[in-house]
Order: sequence, then C-alpha cells, then structure tokens
Amino acid sequence: MNRARTVARQIWQVASIPFLAIVLAFIVAAVVIVVSSLFTSTGFEPLLPLAAYGSLLAGAFGSDNAIYNTLVAAAPLILGGLAVGLGFKAGLFNIGVAGQFLVGAFAAAVVGANLADAPGAIGVVLATAAGALAGAAFGFIPGFLKARTGAHEVVTTIMLNNAAVLLLTWAVNDLVRAPGFSFPRTGPIGNSALPILLGRNLHLGIPLAILTVFAVRWLLDRTTIGFEIRTVGQNPNAARYAGMRPVFITALTMTLSGLLAGVAGAIQMLGVIGFYAPGITASVGFDSIAVALLGRSNPIGILFAAILFGAFRAGAPLMQIETSVPVEVIDIIQALVILFLAADLIVRRVFRIRAPKAEIVELKTVTQSWAGGAASGAPPS
Amino acid sequence: MSDEQPVLEMRGVTKRFPTGTLANDTIDLDVGRGEIHALLGENGAGKSTLMNILYGLVTPDAGEILIDGQPVTIQGPADAIARGIGMVHQHFMLVPVLSVAENVVLGNEIVRAGQLLDLGEAAEQIKLFARKLGFDIDPGTRIDQLSVGQQQRVEILKAIYRNARILVLDEPTAVLTPQETREIFEVFRRLRAEGASVIFISHKLDEVLEIADRITVIRRGKVVGSRKPAATNENELAELMVGRAVNLRVDRGRSHPGDVALEVAGLRAKDDRGHEALRGLDLVVRAGEIVGIAGVAGNGQDEIVESLMGLRRPTAGTVRLAGEELTRATVDHRRDRGMSFVPADRQRFGLVLTYPIDDNLALTRYGDPPFAGGLAGIIRNFRAIAENAVRLMKEFDIRAPGPKALAATLSGGNQQKVIVAREFGQEVRLLVLDQPTRGLDVGSIEFIHKQVIARRDRGAAVLLISAELDEVLELSDRILVVFRGNIVGSFAAEEAQREKIGLLMATGAARA
Repeated sequence: MNRARTVARQIWQVASIPFLAIVLAFIVAAVVIVVSSLFTSTGFEPLLPLAAYGSLLAGAFGSDNAIYNTLVAAAPLILGGLAVGLGFKAGLFNIGVAGQFLVGAFAAAVVGANLADAPGAIGVVLATAAGALAGAAFGFIPGFLKARTGAHEVVTTIMLNNAAVLLLTWAVNDLVRAPGFSFPRTGPIGNSALPILLGRNLHLGIPLAILTVFAVRWLLDRTTIGFEIRTVGQNPNAARYAGMRPVFITALTMTLSGLLAGVAGAIQMLGVIGFYAPGITASVGFDSIAVALLGRSNPIGILFAAILFGAFRAGAPLMQIETSVPVEVIDIIQALVILFLAADLIVRRVFRIRAPKAEIVELKTVTQSWAGGAASGAPPS
Repeated sequence: MSDEQPVLEMRGVTKRFPTGTLANDTIDLDVGRGEIHALLGENGAGKSTLMNILYGLVTPDAGEILIDGQPVTIQGPADAIARGIGMVHQHFMLVPVLSVAENVVLGNEIVRAGQLLDLGEAAEQIKLFARKLGFDIDPGTRIDQLSVGQQQRVEILKAIYRNARILVLDEPTAVLTPQETREIFEVFRRLRAEGASVIFISHKLDEVLEIADRITVIRRGKVVGSRKPAATNENELAELMVGRAVNLRVDRGRSHPGDVALEVAGLRAKDDRGHEALRGLDLVVRAGEIVGIAGVAGNGQDEIVESLMGLRRPTAGTVRLAGEELTRATVDHRRDRGMSFVPADRQRFGLVLTYPIDDNLALTRYGDPPFAGGLAGIIRNFRAIAENAVRLMKEFDIRAPGPKALAATLSGGNQQKVIVAREFGQEVRLLVLDQPTRGLDVGSIEFIHKQVIARRDRGAAVLLISAELDEVLELSDRILVVFRGNIVGSFAAEEAQREKIGLLMATGAARA
C-alpha cells in the first residue's frame, strides 16, 4: 500500500504540471468559447463550453469507433513525439520531424506502390522499412552537419523541411507520377496497406507505435547508448570526460529521431492516406513538438500526450457538428497547453503548488536553441 | 573593531531544511565595522546556509538580522544589495557568454534605474577597480574564456562595484595562488581601512589566522567557539571544526619510484583562444611517485591536463604511458590503459548533477563489464551499478541518503568524494589530479590526501596539479614549476623551498 502511494506521488511529481496545464488550457478556452458565442446568432451561451467539451469527449471516446479514430490519429503523433523527445534527451531540438515525416511517407508510398501486388507481408514490411530508412537518412543530414561543422540543428532542420516539401513535389511530378490520375500522385499501394485490426480503420501501425514507446524507453533507460544520449544532453563536458563521443552521439540521435519520424510517415501513409500527393499535411511534425513537450520527453508521457492530441483531432468534428463550436478551438487548447507548460509559474500560482521546481529540461533546449545556445567562436573585442 | 555598534548582528538564526537537516541551530554572529571576520567550519557545517540567509537566498525559520542595530528583513539578494551586503559565491554566478563588464553591471540596473546602460564607462570603472585590487582583467573579455581563478576575481569585482559595505566571500582563496591570496588579503585590509567589513568563509587555518580579526567556528549548525587569532592556534581551531584531533600534516612516507609511467615530450598545445599555451613541455612521472605541478593559474595547467585526458589535441609532441604512445588516443582508450582523472571543475566535468550517485560512480566505466553486458555489450547492469555504489560509498565515506540521491544534492566535499571514489576505485597506472581538494574541508582533504598516498604506495604514478602551493609541497615527492607553458624548475621534496618556488611561479626565473 505504502509502495503504491510512493509511486503515485512520484507520478504526480512529474505529471502534475502537464496535467494542470491541460486543465488550465480547457478553462481558458472555455472563456474563449463563451466570448465568441456572443458574436454568433445564438448569442450569449454560458454553458456552451460544457456542451462542446462533452461532444469532444463523446467524439473521442464515446464509442468503439470513436476510440479507434482517436488511436489512429494518435499513432503518428506517438512516433513523432518520440522523435522529438529523443532529440530533447540529447539536448537537440529536432524541428525537422515534419520533413522527415514527409520523406518517410513518400518512401513508403513509392515502395508500397511498387509492391502493390506482392504478398501483403512483404509489401508492408519493406514499405515501412523504406520509410524508416528515408527518415533516418533525412535526420542524419542535420546530425552530421552539427557533428562535423557545428551547424545548429534548428536552422538546418527548418531548411530541410522546406527542402523536403519541394523535393518531393518535384519527385511526384517528374519521377514517380502514377499514370491514370488527373493530379500528380503515387500509385495505389494495394496489398502494402497496413492490415486493419479492429473496426473500419484501426490499423497495424497503432500496436507498432505503442511497441515503439517501450522500445525507446528501453533504449534510453537500459542501454549504454541511451545513457550516452542522456549524458550528452545533460552535460556534454562530462560526457567527453567520461570517454563518450558527443559528436557521434549527436549524429546518431538525429538519425534515430529521423527514423522514428520516418516510421510515423510510413504508417500514416500505409494505414491512412494510401498515396503521396503534393500538399499532404505535415502538421504531425509540429504537433509532435507539442506532444514531446507535454510528455516531458518521457516515452510513457509522450504516449498519453499523443493520445490526448489524437482525441482532440478525433473528437473535434463531432463538437463542431453538435455545438457549432469550430474545430479550430482545438488549436487554441493545444497552444494554451504549451503556453502554460512554458510558463509553469502561472500553473503553480493558480493551483498553489509548492513542490520543488523540477526543471523542464526540454524547454531549456528549446529556448537556448533560439538564443545564444550555439554561440561560440570569436571573442568580442 | 571596537566596542561600538556592530555593523551586522545575526541573532538566534535557525534553519531546518525540508529534508530534516538542522543547518543552522540558534546561531549568533556579530561583525564589527571594519572587521575581517572569518567563518570557519567543515563542509555542511552550515556556514554557507548562514550566509545565504544573510543574502536573502534562504528564509530562516527563526532569528533576526540587525544592521547598524536596526532589525531588517532581507527577502532576496536585491534587499541584501540595497543594504550594502555583497556576496561572492563558491560556485560563480556569472553569465558565460557575456563580457566581464556586462557581468559586473548585471543586476545593478535595479540601483541605477532610469539610466541608460553605459558599458564604456562601466568598463573604465571596472578597470579602475581592478587596478586598485591588483587584478589584471580586460573588461571586454568573455567570461567563458577566463580561468576559474580569473572568474572569481570578476565575482569580487562585482560585489565591490556595488559598493558593498559588508562583503561576504565563500571560500575565496580556494582557487588563488599564494601571490593572489596575498593580493586579495591586501584588498581585505584596504576595505577594512575604509570601514567596510569582510566576512569570509574558509577552511584554511593558516590563512584565517593570518588575516582575520576574529574567527567564528561553526560545527553541525552551531557556533562552537569564537577566537581572536592571537589567542589560538591551528590545532585548536581544527579540533573545534572537526570535533576531534586532526592530523594536519600528511605523513607522506617514503616514495619508491619505479619505471617511467608517464612520459610527456615536447608537448605543444593551444588554448581556447588559439594562443600557444604549452611550448614544448617535457615531464616524466614514475610509478610509485607523486609529481606536483606548481604554477600560477593560466600558465598551461589546464592544457596539460586536457592533453593528458584526450580532450585537447596537442599540436606537437608526444604523450606516452608505460612506453605506449597515446598522444592522439581517445579518452576511452586512455582509460583502458590505466589512466584516471580527477578534473578541476567537478560540476562541469566530473559529475552529471542530474544523475544519481550510482550512475555517477559508474560514469567513466559505464560501457565496461560489469556495468554493461548482454547483447553487444550495451545492456546496462543495474545490479552491478548499485553494488559498486554501495561499496564505494562505504569505502570513501560518501554521506548521502542513498545511492539514488542526485549528485546535485550533495555538498561539495561529498561530490568530490564521488569523483575520487570513481577514479580511485580501480587499479590505475596513472592518476591525474587537477585541484583535487579545492574548496574542501579539513576532514575531506585529510581523507583524500591519504587515499592519494595509498594509491602511490600501491604503485600508481600520480600527477598533481594544484593552485595551492601548500598542497603541492605537502603531497609531492617531486615538484615541477610551470611557467608560460614550460617547466622552469624541478625540485625533490626535501630541497623544495617555498620562496624559490614562489619566485619561479611568478617570474619563471630563479632570480628576479
């Protein structure tokens, strides 16, 4: 009994701020909903937020299908969140998940289309592997540049995001455009589609994503590689002194991060989208950053954060249908969650938390990435 | 120093930390105008807590603070600064990417609200202060390009720049050379002459006796005595501090030098700014001997250590261990060959503060059996890591709630013991010790020195780099003097003369 209480306290210690940030975000968003109701035909509706949140909940968890929808939406976020979180562990801010996701999705689409008539097992495995490799390669580039030249990963990954979009648009137009369609796209993936396990859409990618959560956790907690990644993130000087090679670890971490993002792209392609066409959404890339922050880079935390964000996506349409509250409110809630995480002092004040301030190291990585983190070199004269 | 109103009184100050430790137990302290007051005690005795209360960093549970006889409440450093209290912390509070001038004026805007920041004038003023204090510092230099010793001078400048009347210094001399120490003592005296008061926390008995007007000894959160230097001696103070008789002089015994273990020949290396810091340095350390390097900070010591560790690539020359050339070997390879390092900056290099003790005790061997094994040797063995921690914590008397306590929660002395335990806890050929006892209390120093000698007697070669000439003189079998990247003198322990070494350290020549 005592032990259970200790565990509960430990969980509360790490999870309290994210949890309360979510609560606070819902409260503030409720105010937004009420205020905005003044400008609609229905007029002032103080109880509208309750109705909206009720529909949101029903849309996300109200039925088997709702739950499947939530999980399908969560799966790429789980993997993307792990990609960003892994980077945070090494003190790296991988903003390039969007690009790595697209590259992975594209590679999976091309390989999948080519194996459309092959036995399903072969197509699924090879197409997913292609997505993983493509993402890894695309993550390796900024990793290598940082390791070799010190080029900051935030800058290079942002640029590579654009490079990915343009490169893939060209590739779909000129290299792999499937005949017989009125717009540029890759061919149908046929047998390479991920098998549906439950309902209409719960595909194999969901258990794969959840399995990956535990694989990443194992890597970080139980292996020397994970120890190296964490040490480089916590104290690169001590890592060097201990005989680790921060340069190598940096490149490796970015590659692994890209790999996870690539798998995210692959399962989204093979389980949901089905073909690559220019303009397919890469919002997963940026939501992943929010998921990693909310999950505090902890794989289990990321799992829950991704399911929450998946629930938002899955439940929002019903909310709009039933209460006319636009789906964009979800974006407001997500933004508020991150805002309150970053300004956790607000959360502490509101909820009167006295617990010792556990630093959110990820935020340090984020903020230092933007200001002075990479500063080095010539002394000011 | 007189019977007049004390400038500062602390009465019945009590602080119990949430962990249950009673850091300060009804402490009374008074400091007179123009008094140099030493606060003596072991690490964890509560000196720093008391001073942090004075500076508003820690809220006391009970007790009051009076300045010029008036009770005051100090709720934060801003209050303290406004009341003329300046503090130089043991761990520097500097922004590494800002210049000296920027760091000195930082936080001072509160006092000069409404004015524009005039860095040029600030720089002039800082130069003036620096010259007055005998420091040679360019206000435009970035902090991360200064040595630890120079950084501390910036801290002192910072406090003085804010017109502190009561200057609190936490272990100020720990990083200074004898010359620098004399200089800073001269500063203390000048401050005293102008009516300012200096409270300095120290564990160095000779210094306390030399400079202080009054010495207050704290042990386990209580004041155990207050003495005037004329009426006491080192042995009495040490006993007050530790609570038992202490062996102040290490019994070094005889050394039995064997084969050459470390051989450095013609070593050249550049510092972070690209200036040549080592200029063809030669040195030899034999198995079973302790070689100490004396020198003023910034004469190439850091570069020697980093070249030996494998963290800095020499531009020329060789490093050999037992005949094997390791000049360009990786850190890992050097460790495998039996090299072990105690770095100078324990928090930057020696430890990962956010890790528990057990991970830190395995930090430099994390990938070797028994700490890792299994498939491809990458599975960490937590049982071995825990057992290692329990054993070393006992053997090296590391005081902590348990092996899972975070390194950040330990006192400086215990942090250093973690590093020493890790680096000494295996058989080694060569031990490189860089400032191994900086900032530690008498008890911990005694312990670490004994361990060093025990290692030597078991056949390890020991290279000791220390800014404290006393430590070098006491511990070394052979003493080398480094000056501008070269060894300019070599003495056997028996014939080493303080004055001669001091002169060599300062000028690089035996005659000025």
